[in-house]
Amino acid sequence: MTTTYAVLSEGLHKRYGEVHALRGLDLAVPEGTVCGVLGPNGAGKTTAVRVLTTLTAPDSGSARVAGCDVVRDPAGVRRRIAVTGQYASVDGELSGAENLRLFAKLLRAPRARAGELLEQFGLAEAADRPARTYSGGMRRRLDLAASLLVPPKVLFLDEPTTGLDPHSRSGIWDAVRGLASQGTTVLLTTQYLEEADQLADDIVLIDEGRAAHRGSPAELKAMIGSYAQVVVADPAHLESAAAVLDQLTGSAPALDAERRTVGAVTTDPTLTLPRVVREIDAAGVPVVDASLRPPTLDEVFLRLTDRKELAV
Amino acid sequence: MSALAHDGTAVLGRHLQRIRRAPAILVMTQTMPIVFLLFFGYVFGSALAMPGADYRSFLVPGMLVATAANGIMTGMFQAAQDSHRGVMDRFRTLPMSRAAVPLGQALADLVTSAAGLVPLILVGLAMGWRIEGAALEAVGAFGLLLLFRFAATWVGILLGLASKSEEAAGQLGSATFMLPLLSNAYIPVEGMPGWLRTVAEWNPISAVTTAVRELFGNASVPADAAWPVTHPVAGALLWSLALIALCAPLAVRRYARG
Repeated sequence: MTTTYAVLSEGLHKRYGEVHALRGLDLAVPEGTVCGVLGPNGAGKTTAVRVLTTLTAPDSGSARVAGCDVVRDPAGVRRRIAVTGQYASVDGELSGAENLRLFAKLLRAPRARAGELLEQFGLAEAADRPARTYSGGMRRRLDLAASLLVPPKVLFLDEPTTGLDPHSRSGIWDAVRGLASQGTTVLLTTQYLEEADQLADDIVLIDEGRAAHRGSPAELKAMIGSYAQVVVADPAHLESAAAVLDQLTGSAPALDAERRTVGAVTTDPTLTLPRVVREIDAAGVPVVDASLRPPTLDEVFLRLTDRKELAV
Repeated sequence: MSALAHDGTAVLGRHLQRIRRAPAILVMTQTMPIVFLLFFGYVFGSALAMPGADYRSFLVPGMLVATAANGIMTGMFQAAQDSHRGVMDRFRTLPMSRAAVPLGQALADLVTSAAGLVPLILVGLAMGWRIEGAALEAVGAFGLLLLFRFAATWVGILLGLASKSEEAAGQLGSATFMLPLLSNAYIPVEGMPGWLRTVAEWNPISAVTTAVRELFGNASVPADAAWPVTHPVAGALLWSLALIALCAPLAVRRYARG
């Protein structure tokens, strides 16, 4: 059986003046899966979504979404997708109900669908209030509801939970899981490792406009391991602590003299925090603080892209 | 074409709903011409060589046309404001006609400006202005006013979509209040220096104003003037249709490009 791809892009390039937002982005999202596009601010996530949803034409490269070419058949793409933007793509002056009825009319969806969705997304009570009076979470839900008036083949979500509180975030996550279980292909961008982990079947890490790494959340986590970090009392001991950490983790430690920290990535699941502290203490280095935790997204990037620091 | 009509009507509905929720802006844009009419009619009118009552009859049609020309300002401001809203991205990703969004805006403006004619006409009547010609010609005058308003709005939409920011659009838009000053809308152009008079007579507002004055039976067409003023109805129609034919496709293209 051959895999059918709901999103397939090759060598997408897009430049805005001096900024080279996409530098040969390849994406392949199998039908019926959730793909998490993960990257820091400025990695090209939003530009990727804008190109794939026909909002912006690429400078070069090609992309097909739901079988239609984004440049040659944008109307075909638009008939098969829905987009929920990073900034609420609803009219703030109109009420929730008016927004959904307007989009329902434009999509030739039954008017009653608007009411159903308001109910489903817990917006029935606020239906007649202007959307600008909604909380961040309510606006995102309204935005998502607007994308579901006609079930799309591919749903694009650009940072659907950025700026939301944990409760609102889990509400959006539940909605996305529900859609995925019904077979909708979802491409979502996020800055949160946890979000991609929770929702995505596959994760694509993008950095400087191209895919830096791809894999399942489990593969990604196994590959990046955990981050061991100790704070020493005296900066003079940093080198000795680093030598021990090097031996324990087998990866090159990063030193920060100012913060008196030394840290290294480990992919050894048997390495424990007490052992790290014990070994460093045994080397005659007083330890003030220590931690062993999953790496932050920034650390993942530094590791996977072999760079010293992140471009902001 | 029917898709455009369907989608354009939906967008028109959006604009009317917005106005219903925030009527203050509309009230202000409708009140300004009335204030101007009273101000020009009684403050400047009293000092002009033309006897006051005559000047006010001369001024009312001019003010109707100048108000129609305000479509540039409102169209521009609205389009610039909208173009920075997230909802535009949703419109652009919907399988809808590319022309529907600007068309819906232009149609909504036409509806509100037609309604705005009523209070302005009533104040004009109170100031002593009268429709002195045939009823059919008066209907033609109203038709010309709305057509010119529609054209001005398309000019505004194009400029608004092309402008870098809302502020820039606001400033440039406000500057358009000078356009009727360089025409025969407020004062006769006969006294202007030659070159300025030529500029004023080729201002589309002059052709439309002359046409409206003629159709309302307020003044006869001057014999010695630039072609659009000596053939005012044809001039007004040509100016309006040319502006629509030029600006509407460009505005649609500008909107579609995002």
